[in-house]
Amino acid sequence: MESFFNLNLLSDFLSTSLRLSVPLAFAALAGVLSERSGVFNIALEGKLLAGAFGAAVGAFMFNDPFAGIAVGMLFGALAGTCLAVLGVTFGVNQIVAGIAINIFVLGITAFLSRVVFGAQANTLRLPGFLRFEMPYLSEIPLIGPAIFSQDLLVYVMIVCVVLVHLFFYRTRWGLQVRAVGENPSAADSAGVSVAGVRYGCVIAAGAIAALGGCYLVLSQVFLFSEHMSAGKGFIALAAVILGRWTPVGALLACLLFGFFDALQLRLQFNYQEVPHEFFQMLPYLISILALVGLVGKPTPPAAIGKFYRREAR
Amino acid sequence: MQRFVNSLIFFKSVFAVLAALIVGSGLIAMTGKNPIEAYATLFHGAFLDYWGIASTLVKTTPLLLAGLAVILPLRAGLFNIGAEGQIYIGALFATAVALYVPGIPGPLHILLCTLAGAVGGALWALIPALLKTYRNINEIIVTLLLNFVALHLVSFVVSGPMMEKGAPYPYSEEIPTGVFLPKILPSTDAHMGVLVGLALALIMFFVFRNSWVGFSLQTVGNNPRAALYAGMSVRRHIIISFLVAGALAGLAGTFEVLGHRYRLFHAFSQGYGYDGIVVAFLANLHPLYAVLSAVFIAGLRSGANIMQRAVGIETTVVEAIQGLVILFVAVSLAVRYRASAFAGAMRRRQALDNDLASEPES
Repeated sequence: MESFFNLNLLSDFLSTSLRLSVPLAFAALAGVLSERSGVFNIALEGKLLAGAFGAAVGAFMFNDPFAGIAVGMLFGALAGTCLAVLGVTFGVNQIVAGIAINIFVLGITAFLSRVVFGAQANTLRLPGFLRFEMPYLSEIPLIGPAIFSQDLLVYVMIVCVVLVHLFFYRTRWGLQVRAVGENPSAADSAGVSVAGVRYGCVIAAGAIAALGGCYLVLSQVFLFSEHMSAGKGFIALAAVILGRWTPVGALLACLLFGFFDALQLRLQFNYQEVPHEFFQMLPYLISILALVGLVGKPTPPAAIGKFYRREAR
Repeated sequence: MQRFVNSLIFFKSVFAVLAALIVGSGLIAMTGKNPIEAYATLFHGAFLDYWGIASTLVKTTPLLLAGLAVILPLRAGLFNIGAEGQIYIGALFATAVALYVPGIPGPLHILLCTLAGAVGGALWALIPALLKTYRNINEIIVTLLLNFVALHLVSFVVSGPMMEKGAPYPYSEEIPTGVFLPKILPSTDAHMGVLVGLALALIMFFVFRNSWVGFSLQTVGNNPRAALYAGMSVRRHIIISFLVAGALAGLAGTFEVLGHRYRLFHAFSQGYGYDGIVVAFLANLHPLYAVLSAVFIAGLRSGANIMQRAVGIETTVVEAIQGLVILFVAVSLAVRYRASAFAGAMRRRQALDNDLASEPES
């Protein structure tokens, strides 16, 4: 255990925690955005995967990670549009629509990845982002190497959380989103376009969640593999509840999950006599336990999952 | 009237499937192959060829049982996205009884394994049911997360304590031949699990239609208040419908081991639990239509292998087509959505949630 008190190792551990929480944080932030507007977002898993696939396609075609981000966000936004059309315009139950999108994205990315990458799928190494050290800041002991020596998308994530927070609590639009999520008919009476707000939020959420997928491909694995989101979207759903539908709360919940994920990796390494599957279960069990141990009852946005029909106001 | 609307909605699903197949032919064309030839091979291989039919029936069993495991709780307004995990735990229990409870005559041993599998699945489903009833924790998220826990649990068991000595890949020892399920088509893999699934679908159909059980299940969902006054416990209903659903999914896992693979494999289910959701959607939550949709999805799956061998098209195209099917069915649901069984299920879900949130624990 003494290794935990070694400053370098501890810093390394924090750094790993942060990196593992990045895809979750993007997805959870997207979840907060769309659920606050009243659209349940079980499709986060599919959006992560769509983003990962788009990142791989973009980076492969243009040999440039930024193109990867652009295509990834585009694919995520497309998945979001799909959810918005089904859930907001057609009034298909949002859970049904979300599950449909997850299954569709799973199938179509598996198929298209064979078409696009063909046999080289497992040998290919895509261009990605490298970590860079921020001058001076990265020299702060402990947190310097952990926080200020990451790659671009980690900082994008932090900026996104701040922006969504400011958007929710400091802008008129944010107020409108919250109003639509709590009481769509009142918002409608006040002249807010319920469908418009929901479309905006769900499509933006698709693009943001996709960034989590981009991070997986462009910063961690450097290739696309089928099913690579592997349940992260569902853990993010738990983080949304745990963070009580706030951007900062969701980020903290994701950091918690990232911490346990890093811990399980460290434990796997340190206790190789214990079967690794026990440690792999840990993030999922922690998510469930966190929901169970949540102090007080979480209250979701009142209109979540409900189809708003204007004539029925 | 409701029954008539139900059947109309099912036919709408048929059109949705056709639309998905047409769009899917575009995907096949993308690979430079002839879609008509591909589909012809697929359907011939799945439904017209003796071996193909057997392989379709083998795949129908887990799909149908998993579909029923989704349908039953949804009738009361509850989502069970955890059939996948329940399949794994059911298979684990059944395999354990098959391997470690020796000296029982064959038929009795099969029965005991089946029972163990059902109990395993039910216990796994009990976790989200209890969390839902007593803490009002979203059952969708809990069942989803538990799927991954079950996957890793079985993976641990077959690469550790249950692993066959010297096996190149994580799997358990073979179960004794005495517990192999009898075959229904000679010299093929088609086992009698599919008959059990069919019988259970029929039972569920009549229970929903004719008995007080089905009635009270829907009443509890429709109006928990009224149900409470009529002496029906909402919490008990949630728990029972999840227990039965878990048992059904557990049976799916059990029959995979006893009838098809004869061992417990790492990651053997390959998403049967999630495909069960597709089956349930496609059947508009109707147990008898679930038989048809399970056969259809199973046919797609078994035909896909033949298509890959004969025409050289990746089986992943079928996964994509399956995704298209569900997407188009979701769109078709939008037409007269309010009359569909889903709309009813969602109203029930809302009522249950409100009730659980407002009521003190009993």
